[in-house]
Amino acid sequence: MTPSRHQRHWVAFSTLLNREIRRFFRIWPQTILPPAITMTLYFIIFGNLIGSRIGEMGGFTYMEYIVPGIIMMAVINNAYSNVASSFFSAKFQNHIEELIVAPIPNYLILAGYVAGGTARGLCVGLIVTLVSLFFTHLPVEHIFITISMVFLSAVLFALGGFINAIYARSFDEIAIIPTFILTPLTYLGGVFYSIDLLPEVWQHISMLNPILYMVNAFRYGMLGISDIPIMAAFSIIVLFIAALTAYALYLLKKGTGLRN
Amino acid sequence: MKALSIKNLSKTYRNGMQALKEINLDVEQGDFFALLGPNGAGKSTTIGVITSLVTKSTGSIQVFDTDLDSDAEQAKSYIGLVPQEFNFNGFEQVKHILVAQAGYYGMPASQAEPRADELLKQLGLWEKRDTPSRSLSGGMKRRLMIARALVHNPRLLILDEPTAGVDIELRRSMWTFLRKINAEGTTIILTTHYLEEAESLCRNIAIIDKGQIIENTDMKSLLNRLDKETFVLDLKKPLLDTFELDGFDYQQIDNTTIEIEIHRGESLNSVFEQLTSKGIEVTSMKNKVNRLEELFLNLVEKSE
Repeated sequence: MTPSRHQRHWVAFSTLLNREIRRFFRIWPQTILPPAITMTLYFIIFGNLIGSRIGEMGGFTYMEYIVPGIIMMAVINNAYSNVASSFFSAKFQNHIEELIVAPIPNYLILAGYVAGGTARGLCVGLIVTLVSLFFTHLPVEHIFITISMVFLSAVLFALGGFINAIYARSFDEIAIIPTFILTPLTYLGGVFYSIDLLPEVWQHISMLNPILYMVNAFRYGMLGISDIPIMAAFSIIVLFIAALTAYALYLLKKGTGLRN
Repeated sequence: MKALSIKNLSKTYRNGMQALKEINLDVEQGDFFALLGPNGAGKSTTIGVITSLVTKSTGSIQVFDTDLDSDAEQAKSYIGLVPQEFNFNGFEQVKHILVAQAGYYGMPASQAEPRADELLKQLGLWEKRDTPSRSLSGGMKRRLMIARALVHNPRLLILDEPTAGVDIELRRSMWTFLRKINAEGTTIILTTHYLEEAESLCRNIAIIDKGQIIENTDMKSLLNRLDKETFVLDLKKPLLDTFELDGFDYQQIDNTTIEIEIHRGESLNSVFEQLTSKGIEVTSMKNKVNRLEELFLNLVEKSE
């Protein structure tokens, strides 16, 4: 029996997703191990050594306070870099042509790569969460908010990685955004502090940082405290996902960086 | 039914270079079709547009009566492409590449795995199925690209210089394989620089030059148009002196080799009769250049 168009699409999507998951597991010393080590160092240095002198923040030990942010930081970075490096490598080695010649609609190509990036983000996030349990107790106040926020954040940054890879013409160009934009925004996104500690003007400026909303909404899901309204966080992240999806599909349709 | 129908296809690149100028081309179902042309003539651009790797400027393409613009998914599902350059993930294992490619065409793993196994065996890659593709030799990579193009059972196979850089033994075995799948019903379009390959395999031919189709006919009638052929004759004994051949021009290459030009309608028997009467024995004879090559050069020169 000839499979229906929906069945063919499902097979194509799951093939692409499996290939992406297989890729990051195959190179686990580059994709899984480094974030686990880095985040463990954060827990030891900021949480244990420095955190014990800082005292409480928002009614929690400093270690408890920073764990949600550190998990979110790992998720965001890995979701982004997985798609950016995988899609750019496919362009670089020309095996993106395997997908271009195949009867796969653009939205499925995007969905496959974004799902792969999300999978790596969540996988690393889970590992970092497990590591954090060696250092502190982790409450989960609102399970739905915790899970949906980490998932949506991974999707959003996977989309960002995809767009970065479409425009990139060299491996340097997929490192520029994480180094000069993503990392500063993450560090200034309330991972290690509450924005209440900042002067008023910097509090207002911080509100322009989308990562602040993700970190705080995720922290709210786990600890029940946040510097920002939770609905605002969800609205902003959904809006960004919609905008980046539309833009990525537009670039794919146009063939930017892919077709002559 | 036409396997491929191209109407008024043009392509102008962003730098202003017009690679294709309103070309029209039809390829019948079941054909073994050669698309020839000098470097930069527009062959790869044509293939790129058919396979969606290049965006066309104007014109239309139908694959088995399905329009590539209005139903790209259906039209693409008919095509298998063997590109000129290696374009697979060097870190992926050979069999994974095939199964994944079948998956992109909507073929579930339960069908894709046996199909991949079958192709790996047919193309002599079975022993390498778990090897990362970057470890394959050049010839094996070429065969892997053919296997990948065939894994979803395409009705139209497009090969862009599939035997470039391949040794003669492998080239011959590829020819045998391609003849077999063509006999089984797959329409094949081939671009190649080896004109002997096109002459040996293809029934119909189009020659493209400077973005225009300058010839589109069947191989037999094209070869019949050849005005003259040059034959190289190897002689048994060295020639001691020059001699006359009535009605023929010949050139002595060395003392045991001569070249003779035979015009259309002239008989080779007369040459051999004259040589025999002069006591000159011929041990072997061959065309100086491939017949298609001679025609190809004439046509391309004329278009300049």
